[in-house]
Amino acid sequence: MRFFVAFALTMAPVMAAAQSGVPPAALSDTQLPDPAAEARATALMQTLRCLVCQGQSIADSDADMAGDMRALVRRRIAAGERPEDIRAWLVQRYGDWVTYDPPLNAVTWPLWALPVLLLVIGAFVARGSFRRRGRGA
Amino acid sequence: MTKAGVRWLLWVPLVAFLLFLGLVAGGLLRPADRTIVSRLVGQPMPAIALPAASASRPGLSANAGGARLVNVFASWCVPCAAEAPQLAALAKAGVPIDAIAIRDTRADVDRFLARYGNPYRSIGSDVDSRVQMALGSSGVPETFVVDGRGIIRAQKIGDIRPEDVAGLVAAVQALR
Repeated sequence: MRFFVAFALTMAPVMAAAQSGVPPAALSDTQLPDPAAEARATALMQTLRCLVCQGQSIADSDADMAGDMRALVRRRIAAGERPEDIRAWLVQRYGDWVTYDPPLNAVTWPLWALPVLLLVIGAFVARGSFRRRGRGA
Repeated sequence: MTKAGVRWLLWVPLVAFLLFLGLVAGGLLRPADRTIVSRLVGQPMPAIALPAASASRPGLSANAGGARLVNVFASWCVPCAAEAPQLAALAKAGVPIDAIAIRDTRADVDRFLARYGNPYRSIGSDVDSRVQMALGSSGVPETFVVDGRGIIRAQKIGDIRPEDVAGLVAAVQALR
């Protein structure tokens, strides 16, 4: 317990200093006036990965950088850019890592192939067991 | 099912368990690398123009030339203070260093430079991380090595350690 209190006291200033004192970017927490554009922006933000809090989408994260990324998305949507172009712009800089919507490529094809393969195996297993039951009855 | 078939099947759970154990042990012994490297390494440096982040130095101009380091830092970043002596040594060795201050105010940057030294040639202020994202940088501190033709040759993620200094000096001099 004493160790924990000491730890919390020493870490608190470091954590406080790990985020900047500058207020969040203009569009990071403000919705766009056009609901259709905001819906497009939100859908995109939910499938973009936060770079500092890995494992959260930028829509969910409270990190400064996630706020700046939300502002970037809203700014570009408001300027008329297509969501997939914004995603491509980020992938060009950070790699596929930044998107939660994985593209089909040499590494990711099992994600699509495996369900089909399992269904086929399941069909075979089902066929085998139905046949046996049919014979037994 | 035949007796031999059943006997063979009995081993399947154990084999599956051992495979699973191997997978977990592999993940424990060699954890995945979570650093996100910029895809712009090997590509041209984007043209960056930023207003001055400090009273002491000009901002970044889009036509900055020559082999140089571009240091992404912030006054609120603790490892950035830790790499200050290394940046000072690089500047002393004649390496031009342009800086980008992320989410910072002029007063904070001035205080940071007064305390830890000012090895920079120019310091641009990137208040909403716009330029940081254009560079494919995901945190502070990061340092990009840019050659004389404006191509990004390398990216150092995290603070520059004393053992990195000689290599960086040689790299920039070779790219001149």
